[in-house]
This record gives sequence, C-alpha cells and structure tokens, in this order.
Amino acid sequence: MEHKGLTERYQRQIQLKEFGVAGQLKLSQASVLVVGAGGLGCPALLYLAAAGVGKIGIVDDGLVEMSNLHRQVLYGTQDIGKKKVTCAKEVLQRMNDDIEIEVFAARVTSFNAFEIIAAYDIIIDGTDNFQSRYLINDACAILNKPLVYGAISRYEGQVSVFTSGINYRDIFPYPPKDGEVLNCSEAGVLNVLPGFIGNLLANECIKLITGIGEVLIGKLLVYNILSSYIYTIEISPTERSAQVRPLSKADFEQVDYPSLCGIEAPRQDEISADELNSLYSNREVDVVDVREDFELPKISHYTHIRIPLSSLHKEISVIKKDTVVFVCQSGKRSLLAAQRYRELISPQSKAVFSLKGGIASLEAGIKR
Amino acid sequence: MLRVLFFGQLTDITGCTQLELGTVGDTDSLENVLRTQYPSLAQAKYVITVDRKIVRTKTKIAAGMEIALLPPFSGG
Repeated sequence: MEHKGLTERYQRQIQLKEFGVAGQLKLSQASVLVVGAGGLGCPALLYLAAAGVGKIGIVDDGLVEMSNLHRQVLYGTQDIGKKKVTCAKEVLQRMNDDIEIEVFAARVTSFNAFEIIAAYDIIIDGTDNFQSRYLINDACAILNKPLVYGAISRYEGQVSVFTSGINYRDIFPYPPKDGEVLNCSEAGVLNVLPGFIGNLLANECIKLITGIGEVLIGKLLVYNILSSYIYTIEISPTERSAQVRPLSKADFEQVDYPSLCGIEAPRQDEISADELNSLYSNREVDVVDVREDFELPKISHYTHIRIPLSSLHKEISVIKKDTVVFVCQSGKRSLLAAQRYRELISPQSKAVFSLKGGIASLEAGIKR
Repeated sequence: MLRVLFFGQLTDITGCTQLELGTVGDTDSLENVLRTQYPSLAQAKYVITVDRKIVRTKTKIAAGMEIALLPPFSGG
C-alpha cells in the first residue's frame, strides 16, 4: 500500500473515515471465491475486483451464450462460445492488475468443493440451481466459511450471509425437486435485477472483510425491483438444519446432490473387456487407468493414460478424445472416475465408460 | 385485519402480492384458508413468517400481525 498508484486507485474509498487505509489493507489481504460467473457473479466480480480484493477465485463450467449477454455484463458478443471464466478473468485483470485471479473451469461437485472452498476466506454463491446451492451451503457450513448468498427470480432477489451457526438449511431444510421452482431460463429475469443483487453481494463481502457497517447475518433480505420494496426477515439456527445436512467431509462426499434435487444421476455405463476391444478398434478412445502409479499389472494391450483417481480433477485436460474408458483394478474406482469425470466436463457430451471387472477381466479377455 | 404478503412465483398462484384477511386464529387455520382459496399452494414450497420471523409450528396470529409466504429462489 506504500505504492502511490495503489493509494491513488483506491483514494475515494480510503478517504471514507470508517474505511480508511486499514480497510483497503484488509481488502488487499482478503480472498473471495465467486461460484457462478453469471448474472449475479458478473457484477459481484466487477465491484470486488475494482475495490481491490487481493485474491478472487471464479468457478464456472459454462460457455458464453447469446441469451446471457443482456445481464452477464462481463461478456460481449465476440465472447459467445468461449469459457466464461477465461473471458471474466481477462476483463477483470485489465480493469485491475493489482489483484490475483484464479479460475476453475469446472462445476462444483462433492469431490472438488472442499479443496476449492478451503483456500478462500469468503464464498459467494451466485449459482443458478439448487443442487449447487445446497452443495455449497453444506460445504461452507462444515468448513466454517462465511457464505454470501444471493438468488433471483424475475423481479425479485434474496440476499443473506450465512455464518455464525446459521446456514441456508435454517430457512429451507430440504431442496425442492427439479422443476418445482423455476430458474431464470424458465421464469425469465429483468437484466437489472442481478445487477442490484450482485452488487448487494459484493457489498456484504466488503463489509465482512473491512468490518464496517452491519452484515446481513441472521437476516434474509428480499428486494422487489418493480415495487422497490425491501422486506427483511430474521433467521435463527434450527435443530432441523443439523439433522438434515452432512456434518463432516466424509458424510458430505457421500451425499448425491443431483438426486437430492430430483435430478436423475447419469447412467453408469459399464462395459465388458470385449466391448472395450470393439470400441478401441472402431473409435478414437482414451483409455484411462485410474490406479495409483505403483499398482500392477500394467495395461499392455491398449495405449492408455495413467491418472490416479485422486488427481483426476487436476488432470482432466489430458483426456481429449470423445470416447473415454476408465479402468482400475476391480472396476469400482473406474466407475467412480467415470461419474466424477462426467460431472467435471458437464455439460459437454462425451461417451464415458467404466471397464467392468477391471484389469482382471481385461487379462482374461485377452488370454481367451 | 391481517396482512398476508406473497413473494416470488407464489404470486403466479395468488395473482396478487398481498391480501387482507379477517380474523384467523393461528398459522394452521391461515394455511387452510389460503389453500381453500388457492388450491395450488398445497404443492408450492415456501416458509411462513409471522412478524418477519420464520415459524414452523402452529403459531397464534393476533390482529395486526404481518404474515408472509416466501418461496426459495434458484436463479443466478
């Protein structure tokens, strides 16, 4: 903060007596993770980056679409078809190169959420579906991370800050089933609504970090932009919340969030050694061995990639072909790998399989 | 008199953002009255607040209290 350019950049907020140099220093040392770089994420990101939040993480697996542009103000016509996180980082970094921006071109899942969330001070939920919202809520509750929550529908938005023993399940203990509550693509949304609500999220974040003002802890604010009506209700911790949410990392990883929200899990496609053989002869296939490096025997009959299951999320870009077959010792880990991979690449369409019976069936098949 | 506010997509069911009701003894009877008037409410997901506090069990309602029905939003 000694740097003249820095103090000059933030001069107008530093001169606020409640905020001051101390507030700016706190912002520069803070890290905020924004999950969802859509209608809510874009304005929140713009203002957090401009404010000088030291490290910002962005998680989104989506590509820019034409129908996003009216409200997702980080993107332009020329970005259609590009990864949102890449475009967002470019704009934000051009706006403020003092800050660090980390991007995750993935969807949050029960397998990657802990690792991503643990590295940040505050999490913003700007996602557009209940599956992600409950998943992020539960992970933040276990990790004791303050969660700044925002959600919108048509002309109305909700904002709250979940921390100090209160979480989203204290309002809505159980997720609605798929289709029970409409999202923006089904219900529609006026473009300025996420602008307002996204800015409220950035505002709650800045207040949390700098300690100025009152934060919406234990309160849910509802804002209607047609009537300019603001309605705030109180939220208290409930016993029910602790009964219905996972309380440890191990429990969390066992929760099937898609099916909890009534979304059918993708079909687990298991194939036999013979089927693998025919796929391999007829298509471009990436065979992926997900065993640890020391495990034997090695696969000798197929060109393959070796990615231990534990590092799959870090190395998914190595898998390039449209047909992917996961292999392990017994067929259990490969099934898990196929499931995780599908979640990680979502919504891309690839044919993803797991070899039933593992290496043993492969060896038997070849000998026969 | 009793003021009942509806939020989000619940207004698709009720066709209005607020309603004034006569005397209703408690939240259970209030829900019965509302569901008789708007049968689709039975399938909707919401929490009820009385004077801006969430209530989950049968709660007495006195004249002049403010009731709201708030649904979850998923959009982002």
